[in-house]
Amino acid sequence: MAKLNMVKALNLALLQEMERDEDVIVIGEDVGVDGGVFRVTEDLHRKFGNKRVIDSPLAEAAIIGTSVGMALYGLKPVCEIQFSGFAFQCFHQIENHAARYRMRSQGRFHCQMVVRMPYGGGVRALEHHSESEEQFYAHIPGLKMVIPSGPRNARGLLVAALRDPDPVIFFEHKALYHAAKEDVPDEIEAMPLGRAQVAREGRDLTLIAYGAMLRVAREAADTLAEEDGAECEVIDLLTVSPLDRETIVASVRKTGRALVVHEAPKSFGPGAEIAASIVEGAFLSLEAPIRRVTAYDVPFPGFARERTTVPDVGRVVTAARETLAY
Amino acid sequence: MPRTPLEPRFTVDYLSILDSDGNLDSALEPDLSAAELKRLYRAMLLGRRLDERMVRLQRQGRIGTFAPIKGQEAAQLGSVCTLKPTDWTVPSFRETAVMLWRGWPIEKLLMTFAGRLEGTQPAPDQRDLPITIPVATQLPHAVGLAYAAQYRGDDVVVMAYFGDGATSEGDFHEALNFAGVWHVPVIFVCQNNQWAISVPLKKQTHSRTIAQKALAYGLPGIQVDGNDLLAVYAATKEAVDRAREGNGPTLIECVTYRLGVHTTADDPTKYRSEEEVREWERKDPLTRFAEYLRKKNLLQEGLEQEVDEEIAAAVKRFEAIAPPDPVSLFDHVYGEAPPELIAQREEAAARGNDGQAAAPGETEPPSPPMRGQRKTSRWRN
Repeated sequence: MAKLNMVKALNLALLQEMERDEDVIVIGEDVGVDGGVFRVTEDLHRKFGNKRVIDSPLAEAAIIGTSVGMALYGLKPVCEIQFSGFAFQCFHQIENHAARYRMRSQGRFHCQMVVRMPYGGGVRALEHHSESEEQFYAHIPGLKMVIPSGPRNARGLLVAALRDPDPVIFFEHKALYHAAKEDVPDEIEAMPLGRAQVAREGRDLTLIAYGAMLRVAREAADTLAEEDGAECEVIDLLTVSPLDRETIVASVRKTGRALVVHEAPKSFGPGAEIAASIVEGAFLSLEAPIRRVTAYDVPFPGFARERTTVPDVGRVVTAARETLAY
Repeated sequence: MPRTPLEPRFTVDYLSILDSDGNLDSALEPDLSAAELKRLYRAMLLGRRLDERMVRLQRQGRIGTFAPIKGQEAAQLGSVCTLKPTDWTVPSFRETAVMLWRGWPIEKLLMTFAGRLEGTQPAPDQRDLPITIPVATQLPHAVGLAYAAQYRGDDVVVMAYFGDGATSEGDFHEALNFAGVWHVPVIFVCQNNQWAISVPLKKQTHSRTIAQKALAYGLPGIQVDGNDLLAVYAATKEAVDRAREGNGPTLIECVTYRLGVHTTADDPTKYRSEEEVREWERKDPLTRFAEYLRKKNLLQEGLEQEVDEEIAAAVKRFEAIAPPDPVSLFDHVYGEAPPELIAQREEAAARGNDGQAAAPGETEPPSPPMRGQRKTSRWRN
């Protein structure tokens, strides 16, 4: 057991899986000698060499495209896209091929691969370095979309993603990389994909969040408990797609109220799918309209204005109070 | 300081061995046995006759839209015949002759163009990717396959096919660049058939050749007469041998011509002249190769009939294939279907068979044919 931040926890997952399975290969821009711009692949190049830790030319489409080819051959590539905002240059390889090869070949081929991408705001970066674009991937049949919220689940989910036979888009929130340390077991630990966790139990309102918004939801729950005496249940999605409807619906049947928090823009975002699932599964339990606290429907505005759009504790508390008082 | 040239002059060769008038450069003539020559001619003929049959099947509404290969048989067979079964092919969507050579059954090709994904399922031991439709996006896959083979230490060469239009796509350039940097055993076979639907080569690139694009990536590039099977074979054999010895990738530009439509939804009279087509018909790869075989006394009597019978039997088998289970579309989305998908499958299954599983051609959609498609009585129903 060691106290690790998310960067070190992800690094541990890669290291142990690469030691265990020679088919696991790391590819991306600056992932080798430099250890990745966020150091997630640090030391892997030294341990496993040029052939397994590939400093690729600077081309997102070919990073994913060649990884698809490697996966078709039976390797298990882990691709790093340096920032999720640059992934549109490989989106066609993800949608046209990684997600579809199983279907196109009727099961003869599949793409066991993980595409890691740092995402999200709060790091004072230039345009295209702060977006939350999980909804695009969550909408694609054949893909899985995973977003951890802390070091231990980041490690456990990455191990599971590496072992999953289907392509997994793995978002890592940049603001979480060094935000906290947690005890992470030395032995390999895999967490199931497609399962949400109840991060805090409560009876009055269900808060649903993931990634960096989990902390926001938790702090809002603390405030509401202290100041209003309201007990919020907080659900950490961990996997955005396939969505764990069962856990969400069970919670809302208990609380009768739901509020979704995400950093992606509101319209057609994950909150819409979650709200629809609640209506389908817990309609008669609902005591109030389902609320969404999300980024606004604007392109990510540059860090001087990001605090206006990225949900914070205050916005969640206000929306929660309205929901509780409805 | 003076300005000094950094690199030696690059050259791009053009290779022709058997020209359209039947003249043979015997010094360059490849060493192919009588049996190999006969097998290649049969494959060309099968490709041509199946292509013509498929156009008719499409016009009759028995299969959907497809991309004919007529005129490109030499480019496809002269290259693919240099591979071992343990090598890989990575096709675009106009590679019928390549796929037949690699052992795809005719009925699977027909199923593909009848909207059945069973057609694009390779056999368990087959080392061929299914067709790829988004232009040039298959090229990085070929590089990845070659990288993986090299990583595992396998004796494998990967051959990737694409057209002249694909050379304008980013994926083409990225694939060549990665292949060069990684020095992997991949052969890029460009069938420059002069037209990307309605856009001629001169509007596609300002380069004099496509072959020279290889030079920017540090790879050898060669242009060959793509209607001359012997030239395509010689150039590809050289490239495959080089790749197999660990000496990296090659770009081969086969100068050929699409004698038919882009796809059966296309009307080429809108953009190219009859004279141009007639000029290329004179360079037909099939008649040229037949003449070469006739001079060697290798042309088999009754071959056309034999090939037609093979096609007729396959069409019969194709049309006897049972319609798909309507809910099998859920089977290959994930390795293990998530709960929502299972629920959707149950919903679809509960609807039963109400019109979901029409046999091929039985219930054509009432939509009007695309431009260039001939109307048939089936559509007028």
